[in-house]
Amino acid sequence: MSAGPLRRRWLAAAGATAALALVVTGCTSNTPDETPSDTAAAAQPGATSDNDAPGDKVVIGFSAPAADHGWMGAITKSAVAEAGKFSDVELKQAEGTNDVNVQISQIEQFINDKVDAIVLLPFDGAALTEVASKAMKAGIVVVNVDREFSDPNAARTTVLGDNYGMGVSAGQYICDQLGGKSDAKVAEIAGIDSLPLTQDRSKGFADALGQCGLKVSNRVAADFTVQGGNAAAASLLQAAPKLDAIWNHDDDQGVGVLAAIKDAGRDEFFMVGGAGSKNVMDAIKADNTVLKATVIYPSTQAADGIRLARLLVQGKAMSDLVEVEVPRKVQLYAPVVTKANVDQYLPTAFES
Amino acid sequence: MSEQDVTIPAADESARVEKEAPAARERRSGLLHGAAGRNLGLVIALAVLCLVGVITAGDRFVGTANILTILRLAAVTGVLSIGMTFVITGAGIDLSVGSVLGLSSVWASTVATQTMAQDTHWIVMVGCALLVGLGAGIVNGVLIAYGKVVAFIATLAMMVSARGLAEIIANRQTQVVEVQGFLDFFSGSFLGVPALVWIFAVVSVIGWVLLNRTTFGRRTVAVGGNPEAARLAGINVKRHTMYLYALAGLAAGIGGVMMLGRTTAGSSTNGQFYELDAIAAVVVGGTLLAGGRGTIVGTVLGVLIFSTLTNVFTQNNLSISAQAVAKGVIIVVAVLLQQRIAERSRAGT
Repeated sequence: MSAGPLRRRWLAAAGATAALALVVTGCTSNTPDETPSDTAAAAQPGATSDNDAPGDKVVIGFSAPAADHGWMGAITKSAVAEAGKFSDVELKQAEGTNDVNVQISQIEQFINDKVDAIVLLPFDGAALTEVASKAMKAGIVVVNVDREFSDPNAARTTVLGDNYGMGVSAGQYICDQLGGKSDAKVAEIAGIDSLPLTQDRSKGFADALGQCGLKVSNRVAADFTVQGGNAAAASLLQAAPKLDAIWNHDDDQGVGVLAAIKDAGRDEFFMVGGAGSKNVMDAIKADNTVLKATVIYPSTQAADGIRLARLLVQGKAMSDLVEVEVPRKVQLYAPVVTKANVDQYLPTAFES
Repeated sequence: MSEQDVTIPAADESARVEKEAPAARERRSGLLHGAAGRNLGLVIALAVLCLVGVITAGDRFVGTANILTILRLAAVTGVLSIGMTFVITGAGIDLSVGSVLGLSSVWASTVATQTMAQDTHWIVMVGCALLVGLGAGIVNGVLIAYGKVVAFIATLAMMVSARGLAEIIANRQTQVVEVQGFLDFFSGSFLGVPALVWIFAVVSVIGWVLLNRTTFGRRTVAVGGNPEAARLAGINVKRHTMYLYALAGLAAGIGGVMMLGRTTAGSSTNGQFYELDAIAAVVVGGTLLAGGRGTIVGTVLGVLIFSTLTNVFTQNNLSISAQAVAKGVIIVVAVLLQQRIAERSRAGT
């Protein structure tokens, strides 16, 4: 089996000249005699290869929805920052838009411009599938971020967060903290209830609580905004005179949730957040509110997408894996951030 | 393509009918003068934008592929804007077209509609979208013309409720179109020009003929210019007003079909804020918001200016915020110019 990918490379090289060029450059830039630059290597501790060494120039087109939410703003910011770290990456950034018609035309422009790769966080996965397939057919490496296309073949690689895992992480943390208190009251403040991602999060949460014999006693849904979180939390606190724990799905709406908790003068419970904004992590570190933990939904997904796109175009692999190709799908982990480990995650936190 | 000046002196419909023949002659001789004069500013604006595009993006901007990209982007809002031109010329406003577009795209892509389309022909989906659009337009029209609800409020209500209905029908999920014939037709192209651009072109030509060469167009201008005079001249103003909103709804239905073809998915978020894009394009194009004067060529140019602007900004990696500012400036400048023209023509008559 180990010879398989190599033989495939040979066949490809013999077959098409374009593929030949790509594969050859891919191989040469991976050869050990190419001296890795010290600065690039230093920038990424833990890298075991010279993947970060400047290689062939890669033009990457990047498109994401409008930054009307802290997390989405961080997606774009971190992608741009990541591209800036590489001297061989030229980023063409399309303006963030929630209009799929405009986003499609941005991808069409990238195809016209003959970029090497496209990193795309679609406003609506299904709506952008057609144009992404068109880009793939034009020989452009498409990296799909966060919201999946309706056809997996429309992207070479997909980078995803773990919504179900977020719920599981939050549930497990709450189980641990409540330590077998079987009559504990656990509340949940969800995001936009009709979104599949919210349903996944809630399912994971319910499943994990079920493992320790708990269940969600009060559940309200907000809309990912500060005012929505505030309104939902205010009515929740009215409805539940005594609580032991709250999980709030989203740290942006969490600003409003915390305000409502403060207004109500309640502190008999602890609260777990979601997404991982900087102000929430600061609050966890300061440990002077009910907020004791948050579950991360990485806002660096698009930055990872940029890195993977660069590797794919340069014909490199992920150096920490044995596999010689970049994987088809990368799903990120949803860790719990507490006072004990908050310093590890603060650098990747986003401003909400 | 050019067009005559479809302003009429406010009061006199019967006199205008008598003057029809000489007006036509004058129209032909004054073709370059009046219409081109009004549209010249738009053509210059578009040319300046293109020049900026060429200077900043060079070959990437001039290529056929990029021009088709601009036209494809313009197509959906373009069709909405044609419908909007009629409503605004008739001194109305329709805030619901974006939502109705979303609703018709959702309705035409439900499982039931798609199954029916699979069993019969994909044209069923088109018919469904057009009927939904037309229906919503008629509801608007009846409320405004016969219910005497202010157009702003009636269409605002439709904007909110059509969006809500679309969310209920789609359960806020995205409905992927599986009907292959539909996808092949709308993502295909004819003579090297994408189907969507053809639809925009055909709708524009029909709109132009309807506004400039038919009684319907004449009546629209009369109703918008002075409804009381139009009524005295024997026009059924109420019925005509209803027709105008039905037409805008139908255009939104066509837009819904185009959106389905472009995105291959029906979603309740389709067409959000498109009513504002359409109104902006119509007003920038030179149609008077107060009614009584409308221009399809101007509207098409207005749409092209905005989509070229988006294209140039994207080519240069400029932010959506900067683009929004530029759009706002263009709208204000266009309306200021329009007021001057209106003042001059008022002084003239």
